[in-house]
Amino acid sequence: MIPGIGTLTQDTLWCFSQVKGTIEIGTTEADIISTVEFNHTGELLATGDKGGRVVIFQREQESKNQVHRRGEYNVYSTFQSHEPEFDYLKSLEIEEKINKIRWLPQQNAAYFLLSTNDKTVKLWKVSERDKRPEGYNLKDEEGRLRDPATITTLRVPVLRPMDLMVEATPRRVFANAHTYHINSISVNSDYETYMSADDLRINLWNFEITNQSFNIVDIKPANMEELTEVITAAEFHPHHCNTFVYSSSKGTIRLCDMRASALCDRHTKFFEEPEDPSNRSFFSEIISSISDVKFSHSGRYIMTRDYLTVKVWDLNMENRPIETYQVHDYLRSKLCSLYENDCIFDKFECVWNGSDSVIMTGSYNNFFRMFDRNTKRDVTLEASRENSKPRAILKPRKVCVGGKRRKDEISVDSLDFSKKILHTAWHPSENIIAVAATNNLYIFQDKVN
Amino acid sequence: MLSKGLKRKREEEEEKEPLAVDAWWLDPGHASVAQAPPAVASSSLFDLSVLKLHHSLQQSEPDLRHLVLVVNTLRRIQASMAPAAALPPVPSPPAAPSVADNLLASSDAALSASMASLLEDLSHIEGLSQAPQPLADEGPPGRGIGGAAPSLGALDLLGPATGCLLDDGLEGLFEDIDTSMYDNELWASEGLKPGPEDGPGKEEAPELDEAELDYLMDVLVGTQALERPPGPGR
Repeated sequence: MIPGIGTLTQDTLWCFSQVKGTIEIGTTEADIISTVEFNHTGELLATGDKGGRVVIFQREQESKNQVHRRGEYNVYSTFQSHEPEFDYLKSLEIEEKINKIRWLPQQNAAYFLLSTNDKTVKLWKVSERDKRPEGYNLKDEEGRLRDPATITTLRVPVLRPMDLMVEATPRRVFANAHTYHINSISVNSDYETYMSADDLRINLWNFEITNQSFNIVDIKPANMEELTEVITAAEFHPHHCNTFVYSSSKGTIRLCDMRASALCDRHTKFFEEPEDPSNRSFFSEIISSISDVKFSHSGRYIMTRDYLTVKVWDLNMENRPIETYQVHDYLRSKLCSLYENDCIFDKFECVWNGSDSVIMTGSYNNFFRMFDRNTKRDVTLEASRENSKPRAILKPRKVCVGGKRRKDEISVDSLDFSKKILHTAWHPSENIIAVAATNNLYIFQDKVN
Repeated sequence: MLSKGLKRKREEEEEKEPLAVDAWWLDPGHASVAQAPPAVASSSLFDLSVLKLHHSLQQSEPDLRHLVLVVNTLRRIQASMAPAAALPPVPSPPAAPSVADNLLASSDAALSASMASLLEDLSHIEGLSQAPQPLADEGPPGRGIGGAAPSLGALDLLGPATGCLLDDGLEGLFEDIDTSMYDNELWASEGLKPGPEDGPGKEEAPELDEAELDYLMDVLVGTQALERPPGPGR
């Protein structure tokens, strides 16, 4: 299945596949999903939630008997990654909410991932155990130590099969390096280092060393009075281990080269689009604040998400994006209300498909949007229980902005702003997407003919 | 949340903006915008922003991005407000602490200075936790950690809008402030030794110091509780 071949909305029909999570109305806040990420092969899908838990789903092997049903994702491992903590120096609680999960490429039988809350990054090893050693010399069947004097013969312990057990163990804890809230982590293409970014600083870590990190970006002004801008997201280039980008609350993206200097405060490239004077308002800065930045798989482009749009930038052109897609422009006239209820500060993420031909991002009312970069077509779909029949084809949704509302359209004023799709993920090579809607995880696949 | 197609009457709402007048501050040349007297609406947007700022500061650890965006928006709004709307400046008393200066001034400068002081407060908070240095070095005496400083900062911002309180002098400003949070203040000017008649908060102060020193030692040695991996995943 090659994603992106053929037009998006004409030939690709998205079907409901699975939904994870409870249906109850009074859901606890701890169950709200805060991050979703496929691993590099797409075999595993990880979610983190506000309660500090990580749930990993594994795709089942496709059965030859059921060709029409592609592999489903089932729970593989669940563990508590972060606990609420108390910072004694500042007398405040540190939230256990998982802000980001990033997988490491698989190098042996075990899986490794990084998970982070506001302050601490952890490296988790997820491994399977399906054999158990039996026949120890120094321990008896119950594990009690035997008196060596009673041992008359020696034997070699043998491995016997046991029920599959998946265990997650924390292998590294990278703590105490961030004064402000961590918003991003990114694994470097050298697989030896990674970076963590908070509001004002970015640190570079080596996976083996937990008591030290290098500060590579520091935008904290000498005088905090002069603070007008914060870092909102950061990511390493997928192939060049010396290059990374970070975005800001003022709608700018900086590309940095770590070979230039130890502290990358001077950017190599600076991406900013000039403000459109006809759209200027008091909220211009807030809506220009970039909530997510992602390199394309090719490494040639970066995609940024601000409040109303998704933009694609060519790394070789800094003065404006090459493509701009309107996610929900009908909200432009509602900015004051959205400022009042704080929705204007919502941080939406964006993702590329495997071939970089389609991009996806979320919106309100459990809507999410896809844009085909080649055909310039876009579609709005909804993650809801109503469309949750197995293999049911998702019907495109439309928001009516004024005038007569057609039968299947929904008017702007009827949108539910408490149902926001902030986190989505796209399988690295297939048309399978995971969409987090509050405490539910929806998995959609394209229709198999 | 947005209403279902109903336009709220402006006189009903003091703080909320009706949907129809959302874009009134845009250029008159902008198409399809319901116009309203900018001066009146600007003031409610200003108040709303100040309210947001106050709320943000009341968090134990403010979201820096939210704070910076609101502050920048507030600056924009204030810059566009007519100068006549500001209260007449009050002469500041000599040799008063910077906080008091901010409270008494009532101009653009006051707001900027207020922003400065509150961001400075954040800087002090950071200074406390960043390096494992003795806590006594950080901050002037009488300045508490965490909650106390932001509250003072918030008062700064209410200065221009609550000019009438200035008539009572500085004492009047603290009348409705709940001071119980200051009772447990580690670096209270009364000193570290609690009096015998003081509440439980003060009695616990020495224990707090010990716990904090232990924590600092742990941090220095690198064996704090955070490093201990939890048991096998649930």
